[in-house]
Amino acid sequence: MTTETLNMPIYMDYSSTTPVDPRVAEKMIPFITESYGNPASRSHPFGWAAEKAVENARQEVAKLVNADPREIIWTSGATESNNLAIKGAGNFYSAKGKHIISVATEHKAVIDAVREMERLGFETTFIEPEPDGLISIEKFKAAIRPDTVLASVMLVNNEIGVIQDITAIGNICREQQIIFHVDAAQATGKVKIDLNELPVDLMSFSAHKTYGPKGVGALYVRRKPRIRIEAQMHGGGHERGMRSGTLATHQIVGMGEAFRIARLEMESECSRIKALQERLLKGLTEIDETYVNGDMKKRVPHNLNVSFNYVEGESLVMAIKGIAVSSGSACTSASLEPSYVLRALGRSDELAHSSIRFSIGRFTQESDIDFAIKLLKDKIDRLRDLSPLWEMFQEGVDLEKVEWAEH
Amino acid sequence: MIYFDYNATTVIHPEVLNEMIPFLSNQQGNPASNHKFGRRAQTAIEEAREKVACSVNAHPSQVIFTASGTESNNTIINGIAQNYPETHFAYSAIEHPCISEPIKSLSKKGFVTTKIPVDSQGMLDLDKIENDSKNPISFLSVMMANNETGIIQDLPKIIEWAKLKKIITHTDAVQALGKITVDFEMLEVDAMTISSHKIYGPQGVAALILNKKIDMSAFIMGGGQEKGLRSGTENIAAIIGFGKACERTKEHMVLLNRNIKPLQVQLISELKKMGALIFGENSERLNNTVFFTFKGIDGSTLLTALDRKGFALASGSACSSNNSEPSHVLIAMGVSEEIAQGAIRISLGINSNKNEVDTFLIALKSELERLKQLTAIAA
Repeated sequence: MTTETLNMPIYMDYSSTTPVDPRVAEKMIPFITESYGNPASRSHPFGWAAEKAVENARQEVAKLVNADPREIIWTSGATESNNLAIKGAGNFYSAKGKHIISVATEHKAVIDAVREMERLGFETTFIEPEPDGLISIEKFKAAIRPDTVLASVMLVNNEIGVIQDITAIGNICREQQIIFHVDAAQATGKVKIDLNELPVDLMSFSAHKTYGPKGVGALYVRRKPRIRIEAQMHGGGHERGMRSGTLATHQIVGMGEAFRIARLEMESECSRIKALQERLLKGLTEIDETYVNGDMKKRVPHNLNVSFNYVEGESLVMAIKGIAVSSGSACTSASLEPSYVLRALGRSDELAHSSIRFSIGRFTQESDIDFAIKLLKDKIDRLRDLSPLWEMFQEGVDLEKVEWAEH
Repeated sequence: MIYFDYNATTVIHPEVLNEMIPFLSNQQGNPASNHKFGRRAQTAIEEAREKVACSVNAHPSQVIFTASGTESNNTIINGIAQNYPETHFAYSAIEHPCISEPIKSLSKKGFVTTKIPVDSQGMLDLDKIENDSKNPISFLSVMMANNETGIIQDLPKIIEWAKLKKIITHTDAVQALGKITVDFEMLEVDAMTISSHKIYGPQGVAALILNKKIDMSAFIMGGGQEKGLRSGTENIAAIIGFGKACERTKEHMVLLNRNIKPLQVQLISELKKMGALIFGENSERLNNTVFFTFKGIDGSTLLTALDRKGFALASGSACSSNNSEPSHVLIAMGVSEEIAQGAIRISLGINSNKNEVDTFLIALKSELERLKQLTAIAA
């Protein structure tokens, strides 16, 4: 990357946002400087050029997930896609029933949109995942009621990287005629998505988690059988009335190129990153009292979420400034509350607090991994040297049974 | 190709692009992340927010970034509707569809709504408002300058009237910013929409300026960005560009007054000599917009012919250029459907020059003569 980033920490926060791939940025620039028309302008070539670029990008997004381009609706990001899918489908099909199923470990954008539906008179069930982060199909079945109209389950979790069994859940939804929405913001370019095969009705995508620009996303809306949604944004009637607003051509072009690259390079990239993940895992588990959060088999190679016992979370984050990582989801890491995702897996507050999410990607090198391992080993050693809890643990004191004196 | 469609979208100013590039090509953090990448992104966003606030004389804390003018307008309308289910929504007949459509959608859900007529010069007619005393208007949205005609409303008067009646006011200032003075504080309007891609900034970012006294629910929910009023990872590069574009608006207004106003005067006088009807001629209008028609000439035929000669023009607003409905703005001004169908909009920008206008007028003259002959033969 450029010299400006030399003094910056090593970036291991790809699940928060990825850098824009230079090839993507290069494709975007001409649509800022030359072909700057409004894609909705039908009376001149500036508008036509923009429209053509938008449609090419739509094809690229569709190709990555094996969908029909007509099934792709542009939005400003996965948050908007999730809001549109849940509120749009929930409201459109509300006559069929007013019960929604989702999962406690979904992204806030899904959880808050589902909560909003409660305000509109819907009832909701949030399934608690198993300790490995995966949801039990039996629990999902048991949550279904005669009035269940919509289910929303994410494909890849943003904090722990586990991959849910979307096919099994989707098949149940099909049997029960429940509309099935999947948040795939963290999945594109990491796992194969074939919407021709998958029993999924609505799927949310984001560009900036897959080396595209921020500020653009998409919603897949199935045509066969046709799924209807109530528009949330009204206006010029863009995107076949499902989402009004001038299309940001350069950003859409960026998303198309990012998804094209993802389609072509996903396989080789994933095996390279898998090796890095294994190296990181091996290095970190050499540290005592280290717990990996989430299943390791059904998981994307880009993510490793680890709790370090007997280390105070905040001090740990401060101590490892040389790498840019997350403790909990980026969107909530400004607060000191322990991650709700890790809590849902049954982790104690302490272990949730001392968890670090390493998320790696296209530009991560082996040397970055080795640097991170060494940094973690050194700093945890030092922090534990200072920790009375660690000392007690070493002496064999069962901390669960200690009666702490009140101050 | 000569671009005369700046009201649809503008080209990004090179200075704006320069500020954006590092945010596209270097590693950038998610502003919500608590590490150096994230904090740097957050700082850059707050600097942009100050520039945006400054351009409309608002406080930075009043600026909510959104993805488009359409989203800003939908946000305020839905946000008010959710918090105040008794709201009576009023809007002018010439509003952009991203005001009228969300209000119509609320009307289907049982809200009381009122469309306020305009006079033949496109000005809002306060006397014509039928304000039912049992269910008085409680929200009013009137655009500052119209995208099709360029007509500027007398907003201070309208807002003064609304304040007396304790009405929540909103103005869509998307077309006004960068062309006339937009002063959020002085106007005492409660909410205002502005957009980046109409002021030489990038597409994909806009803002809702909101008086904090207004209690509004969020429209897009999730990670709680923008003080919970607009969730979603911030579109950093575009926000940086928007900030720079806002900083440039004062200079652009000077350019428009000095260089573009004379071109508008020239266009109007030449078009009238050719027999054109200028819409809203007696109203105060933006310096860059001329909306006109020739009686007896089919507008779409003329537009296509001029396009072939290399002029990018619009018929009505870009968003509705793909349907053949006559402009709702002209219909509201009492123009007949037949005349409205033929309307053509020229909207100039800071890069427009006299040479372009001269070339256009010559081309238009010859096309008009050709079409008149054809019409005569057909008759």
